[in-house]
Amino acid sequence: MGRFHRHDDGTEHDHDHDHPHAHEPAEGGSDVGDMSGYETGAQRVEVLEAIFGENDRVAAANRSDFAAAGVRVVNLMSSPGAGKTTLLRETLVRLQGRTRVGIIEGDIETSIDADRLEGLGASVALVNTGQGFGGECHLDAPMVRSALGRVPLAELDVLFIENVGNLVCPAEFDVGEHARAMVYSPTEGEEKPLKYPIMFRTADVVVVNKVDLLPHLDVDMDLFRRNLAAVNPTAHVLEVSAKTGEGVDAWVEWVLAP
Amino acid sequence: MHELSLSQSIGQIVRKHAAGRQVEVVHLQVGQLRQVVPDSLVYCWGLVNEGTECEGSVLDIDHVPASVVCDDCGATTLLAEMRLACGSCGSSRIRVTTGEEFLVTSIELAEA
Repeated sequence: MGRFHRHDDGTEHDHDHDHPHAHEPAEGGSDVGDMSGYETGAQRVEVLEAIFGENDRVAAANRSDFAAAGVRVVNLMSSPGAGKTTLLRETLVRLQGRTRVGIIEGDIETSIDADRLEGLGASVALVNTGQGFGGECHLDAPMVRSALGRVPLAELDVLFIENVGNLVCPAEFDVGEHARAMVYSPTEGEEKPLKYPIMFRTADVVVVNKVDLLPHLDVDMDLFRRNLAAVNPTAHVLEVSAKTGEGVDAWVEWVLAP
Repeated sequence: MHELSLSQSIGQIVRKHAAGRQVEVVHLQVGQLRQVVPDSLVYCWGLVNEGTECEGSVLDIDHVPASVVCDDCGATTLLAEMRLACGSCGSSRIRVTTGEEFLVTSIELAEA
């Protein structure tokens, strides 16, 4: 690179400016992209502040409250319909009477999922994220913090945070959890980890749910595992069927002693 | 669509540093490993700023590509695709060194 050129007077030089990264002007847009030629009498103020700074500060406060209460916190994420709530129900059935469980249930609208978790001994706090603009697609640390007053943290052993069903946004927000569990359903296809690498990259455990459907599907689970390893080489994989109960005990063990 | 809440976070940071002065340009660094859609961010930025000192300001997004360093052979790889492996020896024992940036680097204010 470098715009090497020679002037009429015989001097020569290039205009190389070594950037450690590329500028990619947005397609058809003039308001994003390289503004290095922007010249005004304006004053430039250095900021250098992380945009997630406020979220991360609240996440740290959550984490310290969780530590003080001695509660283990698992952030449960998936696309809509992968089976988070059914898996949680089966988990509660197995933990009832021996482990004290709380759940923060995030949904854009309705209390349907929260209602499905009632009656199994867990304290459930619902966070509806739908306020304006069609609703937030994720739980962030302040939303989780606002729900902490509605679960008896000091009396719990495990707290599940059931995130909004979405494979994009929740991955970006630290809520103070100890572990991230992703529920994946084989009907979503083998390429899911490559299509949503950021979500799969941040998962500590990937729970492959609905394995009772495998005989009826043309899905190649070895290929899925290779795709997962490409974006997250250290992810722990558990195969379960929340419907038949297969593998759920191993998941419960992981929750209690990862 | 978390670009809306991201825009609000950016607005809070910018207004704190602008101290009431009109903002003309906001410079951001966004890493490739961030789940942020630049066009959506620009759109939402326009929405959240009506009536504030950021109204009409331009978001200048500097994209930072992802790179990893290998714990086995020490090589640095610029990731052309989202395959987290060393480009030199193929090891998956790698650490991300760039691509996770998401910050306001500086702002340009109108003449007081």
